[in-house]
Amino acid sequence: MRHLLSAASLSRVDALLVLDTAQRMADMTGRTAARTVRKLPTLRGRTVVNLFYEDSTRTRTSFELAAKRLSADVINFSAKGSSVAKGESLKDTALTLEAMGADAVVCRHPSSGAPHRLSGWVRGSVVNAGDGTHEHPTQALLDAFTIRQRLGRVEGLAVTIVGDVLHSRVARSNVWLLSTLGARVTVVAPPTLVPAGIDCWPVDVSYDIDAVLGKSDVVMMLRVQRERMNAAFFPTEREYTRRYGLDADRLAAMPPDSIVMHPGPMIRGMEIASDVADSPRSTIVDQVTNGVSVRMAVLYLLLGGAE
Amino acid sequence: MSKAVPAAGGPPGRSPRRPEAEAVSRTVLTAGDISRILTRMTHQILEKTSGGDDVVLLGIPTRGVPIAHRLAERARAFENVELPVGSVDPTMFRDDLRIRGVRPLEVTAIPPSGVDGKVVVLVDDVLYSGRTVRAALDALSDLGRPRGVQLAVLVDRGHRELPIRADYVGKNMPTSRRESVAVRLTEFDGVDRVMIIAPPAGPA
Repeated sequence: MRHLLSAASLSRVDALLVLDTAQRMADMTGRTAARTVRKLPTLRGRTVVNLFYEDSTRTRTSFELAAKRLSADVINFSAKGSSVAKGESLKDTALTLEAMGADAVVCRHPSSGAPHRLSGWVRGSVVNAGDGTHEHPTQALLDAFTIRQRLGRVEGLAVTIVGDVLHSRVARSNVWLLSTLGARVTVVAPPTLVPAGIDCWPVDVSYDIDAVLGKSDVVMMLRVQRERMNAAFFPTEREYTRRYGLDADRLAAMPPDSIVMHPGPMIRGMEIASDVADSPRSTIVDQVTNGVSVRMAVLYLLLGGAE
Repeated sequence: MSKAVPAAGGPPGRSPRRPEAEAVSRTVLTAGDISRILTRMTHQILEKTSGGDDVVLLGIPTRGVPIAHRLAERARAFENVELPVGSVDPTMFRDDLRIRGVRPLEVTAIPPSGVDGKVVVLVDDVLYSGRTVRAALDALSDLGRPRGVQLAVLVDRGHRELPIRADYVGKNMPTSRRESVAVRLTEFDGVDRVMIIAPPAGPA
């Protein structure tokens, strides 16, 4: 692996390698480790650039922490307050970073495919940290890791992804990765928020959340992305919550050992009720913790070896 | 560990005995030899550490780990002492990742009693350049502060590149750099055996 651009292009073998490596990282540096190693020397002298053209809290912080735990130098570069605000193109920004000797560029961009373009311009590794409505592969990897941690496996599980599938790169990456790993994925959304061409995805589609909750091992709630919505996709927020929100009654209808996931940031009271988000069956906090281990694994596998 | 791969660029060894273009392997330790060696090493460890006082055995994956477990089993059988066993993966601390590429990580498992104030005996199958042991020492220093660290290896094949010496050696085995030493253990390979594999003949 040289770049990580999409979950769809990850083979089963590579995906499992990332997950197993992430488990080792968690064993050594995680909060649950017997004696934690705060910092590993593995990427000493390597430079990781966080190139963020979109707002992000957890992903950028998570990548930064992951790189620092591996002793890499981290440069944070956000579009606000940089030359981008003066009109510099992505390519010129990339070439500037290249000239400064970046070994890896972690890129988030509002346009789908930007990291892919970037990978053709720079010599270092490119990690897609979310591009438009396309993919967010490390989120899918950390979700798969969390599922494995909680339920012991991914293969054979029924995973239901609920919400704004149309605008969700998290949903896309998870659909591809989880089906590569052998899960059966169902997406549930209002008809207006189901993307065209979904029949080419390896998923079942439902418009009725209550029909699928009872047979779901994992329910993944998506945020309603108001910032990407330029049209009326559903009548009112209250109606969305009533038909597609996960509340305590719906949680009770799920199998007893099933789990609830959310990639964050969540809107309490909209797609997920507050008591559901805080229940012991919610993995939302674990997902954040695991994100650091998974991103350490990705950086190690992309950067640790030969140039 | 990729000890089965001879170091590139080393000085050429003695000329191969046979001209065939195939690797020649010969068994140098049988299952019985390995068993007797581990028995002796257990006695040596117990002798040198006053009966295994405060000793923690840490195997270096992959094949150091089952060897550590076998030493602990013998200590239990001979003197009824329980030596905690764990493993320490030195991969993330290696200095040759950029030369040889990344490798999958192995398990690091420190016994619940920890390593602080203990006598840690690192256990590995083959001691060669010493670089694995150096990396393991670095990993260990991040995991705690042992009172002392010792090294036990099944085979010492020479060609050290660092000032590292084993405290307990199963078998000193003079080799050429072009040869490789392959340790087979029942836990992974279904058989106990140590072989020396000579590279195919041909212009060096």
